[in-house]
Amino acid sequence: MRTPTAAGWVKPALFLLCLVPVIDLAHGAWTNTLGVNPLETLTRSTGTWTLRFLLLTLLVTPLIRVMRTPALLRYRRMLGLFAFFYASIHLGTYLWFDKFFDWQEIWLDIQDRLFITAGVTAFLLLVPLALTSTRRAQRALGNAWNRLHRLIYVATFAGLLHYFWLVKADYLEPIIYASIFAVLMLARIRKSSTVNVSGVS
Amino acid sequence: MLIRIPKRSDEKESAVTDPEIYRQRRVFMQQCAAGMAGLAGGLLVGGQAQAGLTLGTPRSSPYSTDEELTPMHAATHYNNFYELGYKKEDPSRNAAALKTEPWTVEVEGYCENPGTYAVEDLVPMDQLEERIYRLRCVEAWSMVIPWVGVPLATALKKLRPTSQARYVAFQTILDPENLPGQRRNVLDWPYVEGLRIDEAMHPLTLLTVGMYGQVLPNQNGAPIRIVVPWKYGFKSIKSIVRIRFVEGQPPTAWNQATPNEYGFYSNVNPEVNHPRWSQRRERRIGEFRKRKTLMFNGYAEEVAHLYSGMDLHKYF
Ligand code: HEM
Repeated sequence: MRTPTAAGWVKPALFLLCLVPVIDLAHGAWTNTLGVNPLETLTRSTGTWTLRFLLLTLLVTPLIRVMRTPALLRYRRMLGLFAFFYASIHLGTYLWFDKFFDWQEIWLDIQDRLFITAGVTAFLLLVPLALTSTRRAQRALGNAWNRLHRLIYVATFAGLLHYFWLVKADYLEPIIYASIFAVLMLARIRKSSTVNVSGVS
Repeated sequence: MLIRIPKRSDEKESAVTDPEIYRQRRVFMQQCAAGMAGLAGGLLVGGQAQAGLTLGTPRSSPYSTDEELTPMHAATHYNNFYELGYKKEDPSRNAAALKTEPWTVEVEGYCENPGTYAVEDLVPMDQLEERIYRLRCVEAWSMVIPWVGVPLATALKKLRPTSQARYVAFQTILDPENLPGQRRNVLDWPYVEGLRIDEAMHPLTLLTVGMYGQVLPNQNGAPIRIVVPWKYGFKSIKSIVRIRFVEGQPPTAWNQATPNEYGFYSNVNPEVNHPRWSQRRERRIGEFRKRKTLMFNGYAEEVAHLYSGMDLHKYF
């Protein structure tokens, strides 16, 4: 098990690691090396990283149980907030580069296009989680905080639907991500009756 | 001079050609200098088509647009050619997996001259034209590409379709051993496409063997493909090995995969949205802002009459 001093540098290091994708994209945008359709690259890459961070966040609890390392819990909030961070950039690239803030067009899209509806649902579900991510909110909400934050399951599910619905023909990658999600959810169902770490759901 | 830059009408030349392309062509010509002795006029002599070789001096065409060309690098490194992989950068990377030699095209069905044809039997090299066309992908991006070929009608007339030939069906090469994309059933291989006979005979429909003055790179559908500029890109079937004249509407690959999303006609139409995204606008590759998509991709004057009286929402 980690000592508090070991964790002292792990957290900032993890923080920097989580920034690598966005720094990489910013660098690519600056040097114009994001391929032939750079705006598409930005949207796709940030969408993929949102999903990856949601799954990494969901990985923490099962990992704590399997490895018996409750100290890992301290990194979960950061991972969740990074998921929200990448989701916000992802949404931003859509609003700007895809729609140029044409709100009428965006509203039509949300109504007409199932994959956009699912994506927006996923994003809206993440907003209250990000807003209540502070220790203060966690204390104030007590047990309700745990229940509220189970919305991440629904958000990730909606994000996966979003992915399945936007694919044209090759479903391999969404199937891989969905399988990881399924494993992480199964791990919860099977263990939920035995162990209960406070603040972990 | 054996190799020269293909000429469009002179007043267009400077307005149209991207300096980047001129640079690439110059570099290319230097690389080619050594092989010049073998290059007499057309380059498909004896089936020795090789991506990158120039195609003599194709004639310019009044059907060409004077819009700015998409850089050749973009048009050859951002491709939907699922046989060579499902991501845009896959086809250029896996281009070598497509074996274009030897290559023959089987001609079958309702015509007087069925048989096995070499590329140069179908495409008379002394009649090559350059056609600068807009290309609109169903995914809402677009390019401007100088193709080299002959009107498909020129080839079809030689094959002498009979009156029963109401449609033309095309098929792409099937070679799962070499083509990485055909190892999984992402589409129902081989890729098939089709046109109504009047669409196939329309002077805009180009039987294509080159682009940017050079032999088609593999990732763009070597050695022989069609280009139908008023339809979404996937109608312009690549690497053709079979042409069949048929009576009924032939099956088409994307329509079979997802019938409610991709119709047989698939004419570019800003009024008919793809179920999953709007077709009103498009991103011209290289541009930041999106453009308005034009009816029939801007070729309405030439082709709208083919569909008069048809409900284009129904026949999408
Ligand atoms: C938690 C929320 C979300 C997740 C997990 C997510 C995830 C993804 C993923 C994995 C992709 C595919 C990347 C690829 O093709 O490699 C994607 C693409 C995309 N997403 Fe999202 N997304 C989310 C929210 C949104 C929202 C709110 C919008 C817009 C309103 C949106 C719009 C798009 C668009 C336009 C694409 C590109 C589609 C294409 O290129 O065909 N997403 N997203």
